[in-house]
Amino acid sequence: MSLLVFKPEGIFCPPANVYIDPWRKVERALITHAHADHARWGQRHYVAQEHNEQVLRARLGKDISLQTVAYGESISINGVRFSWHPAGHIPGSAQIRVEHRGEIWVASGDYKVENDGLTPAFEPVPCHTFITECTFGMPIYRWQPQSVAFAAINQWWMEAAAAGQNCVLFGYSLGKAQRLLSGIDPSIGPIFVHPSIAQMNEALAAVGFQLPATLPLSSYNRKLHGTGVLVLAPPGAADGHWQKKLEPYTDATASGWVQVRGNRRRQSLDRGFVISDHADYPGLLQAISATGAEKVICTHGFTALFSRQLREMGLDAQEEHTLFMGEGGAAAQEETE
Amino acid sequence: MKAFAALFESLDRSNSTLSKVAALESYFRNAAPEDAIWTVALFSGRRPKRQITSTQLQLWAAEVSGLSDWMLAECYQQVGDLAETLALVLPEPHANSNEIPLNQMLSHLQGLQQADEGSKKAFVIDQWAQLPTTQRFLFNKLLTGGFRVGVSEKLVAKALARVYQKDEAAVLYALMGKWQPAALSLEALLASDAASDASKPYPFFLAYPLEQPLAELGATEAWQAEWKWDGIRAQLIKRADAVYLWSRGEELLNEQFPDLCAALQDLPNGTVLDGELLCVENRQILSFNALQQRLGRKKPSKKMQQSMPVALMAYDLLEFAGQDLRSLPLRQRRQQLKELLAENTSSALLLSESLVFEDWQQLGLFRDQGRAQLAEGLMLKRLDAPYEQGRKKGSWWKWKVNPLSIDAVLLYAQKGHGRRANLFTDYTFALWEGDQLVTFAKAYSGLTDKEIKAVDAFIKANTLEKFGPVRTVKPQLVFEIAFEGLQLSKRHKAGVAVRFPRILRWRQDKLPEQANHLHELKVLLTPGV
Repeated sequence: MSLLVFKPEGIFCPPANVYIDPWRKVERALITHAHADHARWGQRHYVAQEHNEQVLRARLGKDISLQTVAYGESISINGVRFSWHPAGHIPGSAQIRVEHRGEIWVASGDYKVENDGLTPAFEPVPCHTFITECTFGMPIYRWQPQSVAFAAINQWWMEAAAAGQNCVLFGYSLGKAQRLLSGIDPSIGPIFVHPSIAQMNEALAAVGFQLPATLPLSSYNRKLHGTGVLVLAPPGAADGHWQKKLEPYTDATASGWVQVRGNRRRQSLDRGFVISDHADYPGLLQAISATGAEKVICTHGFTALFSRQLREMGLDAQEEHTLFMGEGGAAAQEETE
Repeated sequence: MKAFAALFESLDRSNSTLSKVAALESYFRNAAPEDAIWTVALFSGRRPKRQITSTQLQLWAAEVSGLSDWMLAECYQQVGDLAETLALVLPEPHANSNEIPLNQMLSHLQGLQQADEGSKKAFVIDQWAQLPTTQRFLFNKLLTGGFRVGVSEKLVAKALARVYQKDEAAVLYALMGKWQPAALSLEALLASDAASDASKPYPFFLAYPLEQPLAELGATEAWQAEWKWDGIRAQLIKRADAVYLWSRGEELLNEQFPDLCAALQDLPNGTVLDGELLCVENRQILSFNALQQRLGRKKPSKKMQQSMPVALMAYDLLEFAGQDLRSLPLRQRRQQLKELLAENTSSALLLSESLVFEDWQQLGLFRDQGRAQLAEGLMLKRLDAPYEQGRKKGSWWKWKVNPLSIDAVLLYAQKGHGRRANLFTDYTFALWEGDQLVTFAKAYSGLTDKEIKAVDAFIKANTLEKFGPVRTVKPQLVFEIAFEGLQLSKRHKAGVAVRFPRILRWRQDKLPEQANHLHELKVLLTPGV
């Protein structure tokens, strides 16, 4: 029997009787990272890397039963050894290494290989079987170093400020927002953040992540009528109500999908900056090769195409259906349907 | 290419007309004139002749990138644009490439005409290795032809008018017709007119669809009404002993319609007519189908010229005796047009008669007969208005007959291109024949963005089979499909083909069983075809 199997509840480890990132309610859930499609509400017990302490409680409830472990630290359950290793995806994200009777599997959750300077960098973990995402598993998705995108964002903000405009930049509350904050030049002007981002900033600051000072976005905040401010907000918060107070403003998104012009234009935002917390196509291939795995299981993203590509490269690759979403977007939903 | 790429980037990221014009203006102020004229040419749809096929490009890109053919095809499907796909998958270019000005790049490309495949390939691969990403994308665009960047000729004219301190209308006129960017300076182009180029057409005046009640147009006496003919819009020029026939897309149609050009050779020099190209036999207008067959032939045979004779249904006179009449009121232009046509004996030149009506209600009755007249509806033109240019509201309105429509079931779906790549937006619809569904039309447009998303989600959740990019969908959604007419066709399973099919509305109130039957469509077959 395989060390990890794909069941309707999630990724299951039979000898240990635990699940990794389950999407149905189970007794014990080992969590790779705190995004909602991996850390779901209602599990009896959670085990996660220690940086997730505050974030998980803020998202899933103060009173959840949560055990935390440090990177590299291992715990043993029924003779199966589990350890958490940096995935470079978002603060606190980990690959979970599973070892039993000499066989090693790694469930990598979501990951990126570029060191973003905020999140501990992705660490290749040698294994026999590697479970990988492939959100951007097509060769058209290839990232420039993040310094290129940040230079473009800084320039966009400076030009807007000089022209008397505000800037609204959309990115997820957990992960993307903090990465943007740590890469954007805070000397350009005041940065306001949406309450959901403020909450995540606080939860991460409590475990030692250092982020630049921000101001809370509030509908009563008169300072927003000034010009040249940057507002960070999650994509779901774009309701037009608070944005009105910012007029005149220019808006943008930071996402891997905007690498393709059609996707960028469909957003109907002024700008799109290519910054993703997922590995690009070369990054996926590099990470897979670094594990030395002979067997690869593709769980979300362009699973059919990417696993076919891996097979052509001589690997034993297959796809498994999961409810992981990758970086939200039409194409991701398309491939995980 | 650097300045051109920077211009493209600022146009591409902007949604406002104002900033687009500003970007164009600053480009034209700073660009080398020999580059600027190419930019004008490309943005007004004058693209260089294709020297390399897209199959060649895909082969070479697969070779350079090391990607399998299937992966490259999947990437193309995902991106929706070949030029962009190749720019994205090719290896990173070398840093510090040499700058090649736009005009030199284009003359290189023209020079490839005589080159063998090996040197074409070497040139392209060398450019791919050197050009930074945006320039590489634009280079591919130049190679593949199509160049749509969301900039209209009007915006280009607006920017040029500012830079060269000319009247915008005069610039638009100067940009018309056939000209060679390689052989002309921008200043010479902007100064060009009928005197320097006898073939130069005037910008067409285009009508908006009528939205308001007729009564709001005021007194009927101020308006002229005529049939909106179902042919193709054309401008006929007779200057310096030569005839030029232009389509609205500024294609010269002389070769396709030698019979018409010969028949109108006797028009006086310095005459320009605006009208509709139609197939007309013994003063009887033939259906659009006949005209379409003629349009399909680059050089029609004598036999075809005889069996499908064409005529120009003239409705306006833009120039007479070498005088530009466009600023005169329609009333006077019509008077002169009638006088000119009174002397005409050719059956290839007809007058689009104005309809006599007492009140707006009576005009509505005319419109109801439109289909029987093989017309698309009515045109309303203010008698005191000059001949304007471009699409403007106010003095010309088109009032089309209501479309035919039928309820059909969504059966196949395919992803769109460009803005709609990734979303299922190309649909094939079917009607019942007994208990079978038979496809009869494809339609792309007519839904709101929200509806497109909902239909897209339905398709993804209800796919029965996949054939390459095409999906067979569970027959469940019903749409009302509007169309302008139909004719027998061997190409479609249903045996009929509809014209201009589009989605009128999503009939969420209907079950698939309540969609129409094929025989209910065939009842509507245009008589006489």
